[in-house]
Amino acid sequence: MMWSVFIETGPASGGWTIYPPLSALPQAMPGSGMGMTLWLVSMVLFIVSALLGGINYIATVINLRTKGMSMMRLPLTIWAFLITAILGVLSFPVLFAAALLLVFDRSFGTSFYLSDIFIGGEALHNSGGSPILFQHLFWFLGHPEVYIVLLPALGLASEVIATQSRKPIFGYKAMVVSMLVIAFLSFIVWGHHMFMTGMNPFLGAVFTFTTLLIAIPSAVKVFNYIATLWKANIQLTPAMCFAIGLVSFFISGGLTGIILGDSALDINIHDTYFVVAHFHIVMGASAIFGMFAGVYHWFPRMFGRMMNKTLGYIHFWITVIAVYGVFFPMHFLGLAGVPRRYYSNSAYESFMDMQNINELVTVMSMIGGVAQLIFAFNFFYSMFYGKKSEQNPWGSNTIEWTAPVEHLHGNWPGEIPTVHRWAYDYSKPGAEHDFIPQTTPYSQTKGSNLPGEE
Amino acid sequence: MATVIDNDKNTYTGIPTSKMLLWIGIVSIIMAFAGFTSGYIVRKAEGNWVEFNLPRAFTISTIIILMSSFTMQMAYIAVRKNNFKNAKTFAITTLGLGLAFVFSQFYAWNVLVDNGIFFVGNPSGSFLYVLSGLHVLHLVGGIIALIIVSVKTIQEKYNSENSLGIELCATYWHFLDLLWIYLFVFVAYLA
Repeated sequence: MMWSVFIETGPASGGWTIYPPLSALPQAMPGSGMGMTLWLVSMVLFIVSALLGGINYIATVINLRTKGMSMMRLPLTIWAFLITAILGVLSFPVLFAAALLLVFDRSFGTSFYLSDIFIGGEALHNSGGSPILFQHLFWFLGHPEVYIVLLPALGLASEVIATQSRKPIFGYKAMVVSMLVIAFLSFIVWGHHMFMTGMNPFLGAVFTFTTLLIAIPSAVKVFNYIATLWKANIQLTPAMCFAIGLVSFFISGGLTGIILGDSALDINIHDTYFVVAHFHIVMGASAIFGMFAGVYHWFPRMFGRMMNKTLGYIHFWITVIAVYGVFFPMHFLGLAGVPRRYYSNSAYESFMDMQNINELVTVMSMIGGVAQLIFAFNFFYSMFYGKKSEQNPWGSNTIEWTAPVEHLHGNWPGEIPTVHRWAYDYSKPGAEHDFIPQTTPYSQTKGSNLPGEE
Repeated sequence: MATVIDNDKNTYTGIPTSKMLLWIGIVSIIMAFAGFTSGYIVRKAEGNWVEFNLPRAFTISTIIILMSSFTMQMAYIAVRKNNFKNAKTFAITTLGLGLAFVFSQFYAWNVLVDNGIFFVGNPSGSFLYVLSGLHVLHLVGGIIALIIVSVKTIQEKYNSENSLGIELCATYWHFLDLLWIYLFVFVAYLA
């Protein structure tokens, strides 16, 4: 894919959704030539690696847990990775099907997606294809894909929020169930990307219903995060800041999802900046903030050194302001009807007075971009010159923090530790410390055991 | 000292990890073919669909692959009973039937071409080539596994104590059998 930047006709330029016939015909635009072929080849490699990786994750989590690590003792991060891998294994093969048929249309002259196309007055030989078929296959992957991006971030945030709140995660089982429900629902909502394809209004209503159902498990997760933070002994580390930032984006981006998921409302704002604002906040910024939280939290585990806190706070505050500065005004652009994917909006008289909003967005995006340099510097500098980390700097319960700081083959010297309890025994009444690692047996914590814990 | 861990033994669930990997892999293959066949239905519902008769060779293929599934299972049972002579015979027979299936599929494609149904043309024909072609591609993977398993069977490396390799090969082979029967019934009767 990177190579395609250097070829004469340029990289694939059909957008990430690569709808045919735009992406299928080199005559449509230069980017649909060699650039699109390279794009599809790298996609095939990506699908294969995602599948192999996903299969490996599932088998590892289910089959190779350590002694005592029952499914209901898994940290939520691992639950999120497991469910993400399941989504990948179920949805990527369908993208593979869509992409393979596109390859055949492009390179072998078949007509899966092409029909009745005239170029320069000449009819192409393709007959009988359906471009809507591609959209169905594509979005059957495309919607689970947004949860493939988001769920790992939610999992990382669950761990960071519980640890840095010094409180058990609120509603552990509800968190697991809501992720499973989100995963299930993600497979029956793909039509909400296709309300404008001439879909039967009744079918549109069905997809609206399934789509709005996702609001329920999502709200369960949000309320659980907030309930975990409620009256907690919050340690406002950079990781915690980013995790709270994720919750903020998940709420503000999720609310606009309710508008977009409604087939009647979507007609007005389809393909406008409103959509861009929605998904960049709820899935783009949320996912990236979750990953930042993960990096700041697990950096000591990865490199045995701490990241600089001050730089972390500066990075967080500039980024969160910049992200809202970029995407919040876009809602208003979208409501005013400014379409996405246009090269120049100022070519249209009616969008001229949107100029100042676009200027604000541009400035904010540049500020946000520069802030990431702070992170990059912090990351690489701390890798070599950061303060040496203790074995368990955050007072965390999960077992990765029981491995020695020096990296060993197999992580632990000798036996892999056995797990005796769930991962969220923080601030347990009667306990000696405000955390009890998963490796501590109940027999050693007589003072804090709840009824039934022996 | 870190010890070498055998991921097939002493697992949390008691299921060998390779077996679990194979089953999850099978699920993902099922999803790919579910994608293709639902695409087939959606596309067919839109009209402009050329109808044609399926070559008889596809029926013959179906019978061949059913027989190969049977011999595969017999080879596995023979290994479990430490009956090495039968195991060798059945493994080699399965390999032969697998190759015969591939040959029969190629023959069927030739018949299709003779009847004027090409890969490039109306999607009804293109879909048939894609479905049967991808199935053969997956079957080639199965044949490679079968060659390895046959060689190991001849070397008498499998026995009642150690039969995971041939068991997994048999599982995948039965899956390919069922997948073909599904595709055949789907194209011939359901769709």
